[in-house]
Amino acid sequence: MDVLERIDEQVKGNSVVIYMKGTPQFPQCGFSMRAAAALQECAVPFAYVNVLQDAEIFENLPRYADWPTFPQIYIDGELVGGCDITLELHSSGELKTMMEQAAAKSEAAGG
Amino acid sequence: MNRKQRIESQIKEALQPMYLDIVDESYMHSVPPGSESHFKLLVVSDTFADMPLVERHRRVNAMLSEELRAGLHALTMHTWTPEEWQEKGGVPESPPCQGGSKATA
Repeated sequence: MDVLERIDEQVKGNSVVIYMKGTPQFPQCGFSMRAAAALQECAVPFAYVNVLQDAEIFENLPRYADWPTFPQIYIDGELVGGCDITLELHSSGELKTMMEQAAAKSEAAGG
Repeated sequence: MNRKQRIESQIKEALQPMYLDIVDESYMHSVPPGSESHFKLLVVSDTFADMPLVERHRRVNAMLSEELRAGLHALTMHTWTPEEWQEKGGVPESPPCQGGSKATA
């Protein structure tokens, strides 16, 4: 499968997914660490992709949604942004709402 | 011009910010001195009104695309209208490095 198709499948197949350096348990970049922590604080399940473990995604993700840096957070199939935007949405309480709505929608669609 | 000056002139020209702060935070990361790799921006501009956050960041990323191709590795930014800036009253501290750029080098 083409790498952009693979990314598209991950983005569309998960209500929330973060592309990060490292994992939520062992982040390897301060910005990835903060973004993943914000998602965890919302207490809604999310998927993650460790871009340090997948060179193809690491190289090609920036052109998938025209976003040059990591981490990247997608909710309900749409790019929300990177660390800064995720933290801003978290501090205003919007992030949890967005994650809950996306999770409910994907559940209604059969997972 | 160093990278900070180039970023400054590009943003000033494109966004006419009422306030602009650019900090080279490369010293906080595992890169050699003078790397100009990690930057933090605070851009306060009327041009951001009615523009979603993701679009504001996209605009700044786009105007700095040359720099991002040429060694600008991390760009943390706050892109606010003057009203939002007043409401928030400050910029959060950037996080400490966790070593990931070493892993990809």
